[in-house]
Amino acid sequence: MVLDKIEKLVQKYFEAQTTIAEEQELKDYFASADVAPSLEHYKPLFSYAVQAKKEQFNATIILKAKKRNRVVWLSVAASAVVFLGVGLFTFDSYTQTKAQDLGTIEDPEVAFRETQKALNMISKSVNKGIVSMSYLNEYEQSKNRIFKK
Amino acid sequence: MNQNEFMQLVNPFKDKLFRVAKRLLVSTEEAEDATQEVLVKLWNRSENLNHYNSVEALAMTITKNYCLDQLKSKRASNMKIVHNNFSDREASVQQKVEDRDTWNWVEKIMNELPEQQKLIVQLRDIEEMEFEEISKVLEMNEQAIRTALSRARKTIREKMSKTHDYGIG
Repeated sequence: MVLDKIEKLVQKYFEAQTTIAEEQELKDYFASADVAPSLEHYKPLFSYAVQAKKEQFNATIILKAKKRNRVVWLSVAASAVVFLGVGLFTFDSYTQTKAQDLGTIEDPEVAFRETQKALNMISKSVNKGIVSMSYLNEYEQSKNRIFKK
Repeated sequence: MNQNEFMQLVNPFKDKLFRVAKRLLVSTEEAEDATQEVLVKLWNRSENLNHYNSVEALAMTITKNYCLDQLKSKRASNMKIVHNNFSDREASVQQKVEDRDTWNWVEKIMNELPEQQKLIVQLRDIEEMEFEEISKVLEMNEQAIRTALSRARKTIREKMSKTHDYGIG
């Protein structure tokens, strides 16, 4: 009768219809000393399942400290500060230059003179620059002396 | 959550994760690495863990996905999983040589099953989980799990009786 029951359970087991409790019963039965010879060949299957559950994870667990998250936020905050700084600076200087009112000249005669004065000033500065470049002519001359003759 | 609390949370099921990983990856070292990796993933999420009903089921799902990915990338790079689980580690289990042989043999047969069936057999027969829990972990419906389980158990039975009949251990 016990054997009968076990046989039925085994059948159910292979149809995957047994409950956890019934499977436990099977495991217990196959772990016992008096397994019927007709069922003997199932023994390793159930004893393996019991045995396999005993295997343990013995390696030490290393958890990286959860710094990564904080670093991400820190870099986001830092870049925000930099952007804000640069943005404010450029905005500030932009508004400043815009605010400088240079005034307008109504009289065309005066305007002409003023423009001339300004252009003169520019050409004077440019000439000053050119003077300092004149020594480059020395190179030109020596080059001509060497290559033409 | 600090590290101690986290360890206390994962301690009851870390062996389970390891066994599942080992079932899929076969090699003990790789299974250890995988378990380690999964726990770190879980730890990085530890702030939101209380949103989950079952951290264990979540951890199991992460393990499953991680190992399957691992296998996929191994296959893609055409590498063989190297394992050297020889007597070294198992020597601590003081058992009869004969017993160990038959267990190795069952294990070998299980390793030949398709991944999904391996997982189901592992979770049901070895970890003794209810179908409901398994369906959560594997994201499958219970009927499909039963069918696959039945198929896997029958395959194991067939292969066992074959080796039994021919006497090939």
